[in-house]
Amino acid sequence: MIPKTPSRAGLNPASEAELGALIAERFAARQPLRLAGGGTRVETGHLPGDTLSTAAISGVVTYEPGEMTLIARAGTPVDQIEAMLAAEGQALAFEPADMRGVLGQGGTPTIGGVVAANASGPRRMLAGACRDHLLGLRFVDGQGRVLKNGGRVMKNVTGLDLGKLFCGAHGTLGVLTEVALKTLPHLPDRCTLGLHGVTVEEAVAIFSAALATPFEVSGAAFRDGTAWLRVEGLGPQMDYRRDRLLALLAPRETELLDAEATLALWRGLRDLAHFAGLDAPLWRVLVKPSDAPATVRALQALGGEASLDWGGGLVWYCGPGSAQAVRQVAPHATLLRRGGLTGPAFPPEAPAVARLSAGLRQRFDPAGILNPGLMDQ
Amino acid sequence: MPQPDAGILARAPQIVAALREVLPEDAVIWDPEETRAYECDALTAYRCPPLAVVLPRTTEEVAAAMRICHEMRVPVVPRGAGTSLAGGALPTADSVIIATLRLREVLEINTANRFIRVQTGVTNLSVSAELEPQGFFYAPDPSSQLACTIAGNIAMNSGGAHCLKYGVTTNNLMGATVVLPTGEVVELGGPEMGPTGLDLMGLLCGSEGQLGIVTEATLRILPRPEGARPVLIGFDGAEVAGECVARIIRSGVLPVAIEYMDDVCLRAVEAFAHAGYPDCAAVLIVEVEGSPAEIDHQIARIREIAGALNPVEFRESRNADEAMAIWKGRKSAFGAMGRLGDYICLDGTVPVGQLPYTLKMIGELSRQHGLEVANVFHAGDGNMHPLILFNANKPGDLERAEAFGNDILRLCVDVGGCLTGEHGVGIEKRDLMGKQYDGPDLEIQMAVKDVFDPRWLLNPAKVFPLDASRPWREEAATR
Repeated sequence: MIPKTPSRAGLNPASEAELGALIAERFAARQPLRLAGGGTRVETGHLPGDTLSTAAISGVVTYEPGEMTLIARAGTPVDQIEAMLAAEGQALAFEPADMRGVLGQGGTPTIGGVVAANASGPRRMLAGACRDHLLGLRFVDGQGRVLKNGGRVMKNVTGLDLGKLFCGAHGTLGVLTEVALKTLPHLPDRCTLGLHGVTVEEAVAIFSAALATPFEVSGAAFRDGTAWLRVEGLGPQMDYRRDRLLALLAPRETELLDAEATLALWRGLRDLAHFAGLDAPLWRVLVKPSDAPATVRALQALGGEASLDWGGGLVWYCGPGSAQAVRQVAPHATLLRRGGLTGPAFPPEAPAVARLSAGLRQRFDPAGILNPGLMDQ
Repeated sequence: MPQPDAGILARAPQIVAALREVLPEDAVIWDPEETRAYECDALTAYRCPPLAVVLPRTTEEVAAAMRICHEMRVPVVPRGAGTSLAGGALPTADSVIIATLRLREVLEINTANRFIRVQTGVTNLSVSAELEPQGFFYAPDPSSQLACTIAGNIAMNSGGAHCLKYGVTTNNLMGATVVLPTGEVVELGGPEMGPTGLDLMGLLCGSEGQLGIVTEATLRILPRPEGARPVLIGFDGAEVAGECVARIIRSGVLPVAIEYMDDVCLRAVEAFAHAGYPDCAAVLIVEVEGSPAEIDHQIARIREIAGALNPVEFRESRNADEAMAIWKGRKSAFGAMGRLGDYICLDGTVPVGQLPYTLKMIGELSRQHGLEVANVFHAGDGNMHPLILFNANKPGDLERAEAFGNDILRLCVDVGGCLTGEHGVGIEKRDLMGKQYDGPDLEIQMAVKDVFDPRWLLNPAKVFPLDASRPWREEAATR
């Protein structure tokens, strides 16, 4: 069981300057902080220190649909941004998930949390991850310095690209205060092809065939014996792509879901609705798609259930397997929902890589006060 | 560039001997006749032959050379094909060039998992050529793609004409085998859609040889589209052409490319390539992809959008020949400009909405500096390539052109853009970095380099202004 959380302060700086001053204080005192945007994405209950949230550093700074550019403060709620983009026919193409259901947490997901977690849903295999859409950032480092990198334009190779480091660093290099993201047109028409009663091996074969076509399949997920393919397009594009894919899959029987059912299905797949409300540990495993079937079989042998996303490149495993057993099958597994497991959530890095990562953490957070113990081991 | 280290120059024979001890006979070049071929890259105004050149064939040989240089404290300049327009591969007299040219093997083509793994000395174009039989391609397509290597593409995070839809190198790089300055070899990323820890590969891509040398790469590959067709739209003003770009993007049509040429460029191109372009203030070439019906639909949308802005011409290509005719002028633009004289090619990016204002201001700067400028660029993403014309034989003209160029780049930053969209900082924009980044923003980048390259031996005197990097270099010399 996770030990009861001791009482701790909740810190909610309202501005970047306030945040900088606060972290400078903690740096001087060597006092650790647990970082959160809306606190919906990562379990940090086991980490030491007061909780610091950026939720109050909120608001869209600028949104230019004709430039496909959005700049927002880190605490801006994701649903506010998604509604704003949708009104212009655009979206965050990397489709970040809402993890509240699966982690059993309240709170409001923030755009800073999305970036810090590099949160990327089903469309990641086609459109890239969050890290591929981040144009620039502002952050406060572990000494309280306010820094920036990148900018707001789509092509920028001026200096080192620190944004890549911050996507998926979970705040351990610095606390995000503002992010600039590329937005993309949201293709208006969509449908889903469902193939029922298939094995995991068949599912990955179907995915590989579909993803070798130029029809820009934007979702390829498998769970509970069904392989799902999402097709999107503009005007006649969607009909054409759907028909060509149906022809490719023939003579298999294919269920066709309309636009509305497609939205609901992929929201569920994205948010792992099928693993919500459970207590068992939940693991995220990145594999070569062709390795997915063997990985799934080996994980299921430990008990529990597995599902696939990203055309087989992402395996989700929810089950009672021990950390050691899971990592034996899947060395790159990340523990997303502890479900009573202790020990590191992130997989170990090769020694030389670990040394570089530790060196970087030391430069960005010399006192080791930003989510210590979350990613470093 | 800083003065070469006399101590290193004096030790040249020992350094070469040490390299020869661990590398094949033909992999170390020391003869001044031969090293002269490496004295510059495509920024030819700056030249300096290196102390020696190493041409390894394997990751192990790169590592062996790096280890020697690290131990003997010799600067290393990584080099791909030497097509950098920013001086990214310019040597110093006391440096050893490690070139990736002989790392030419294609290691694995895996269409089921949608990647290709190559040694990084392969050329950009040859990667797509390898994939053609399987119906796949590699998306980044810098205009030097016939010559430039994947190693250089990764170092500079190269783009190309089609990145509006497919992104640049960093968006298509999945894994890298990297030789660190110590000679240690690390694997970053791989065929999985990672990473699980810090994205060191993302950091490395575009780091201009400051952090390590990439010897092998896993690249994302994509199925070839069924077809592609361009349209040509002529406008009588830059402003309205810029507006057209913004409206197309807003409409939800996402072209693979939107290219822009101004009147100076159009006239040069006409005289050179006879592409049949209209004589007007600005031309857009917009390319869309898909099946014939999809293309028709998208072009109809573009016609509607452009039509509302009164173009002087809207030319649709109906077949491959007409498509080629539309691209002919754009593809020969740089050659055509070369006939007008010497030029320097800039690379700033501005927010798309700032294009008309930026073009107007570039025109004013052109009058102030008394030098002609042509604009040809990737309009969809605001990545501008002003070409400043000058006469290299006229004393002072290069300096004037450079001063004009610096003014344009400052303008790019002032309107919310950046110094370089795809060519890199190199030495060309090194001293302008302070315009883009405040002191602490540069300090943290140099702290990152310091982690990877504690002796500051890799690609010296590039990217970071020398004044700013001096304390770091002095500290590094004590390690």
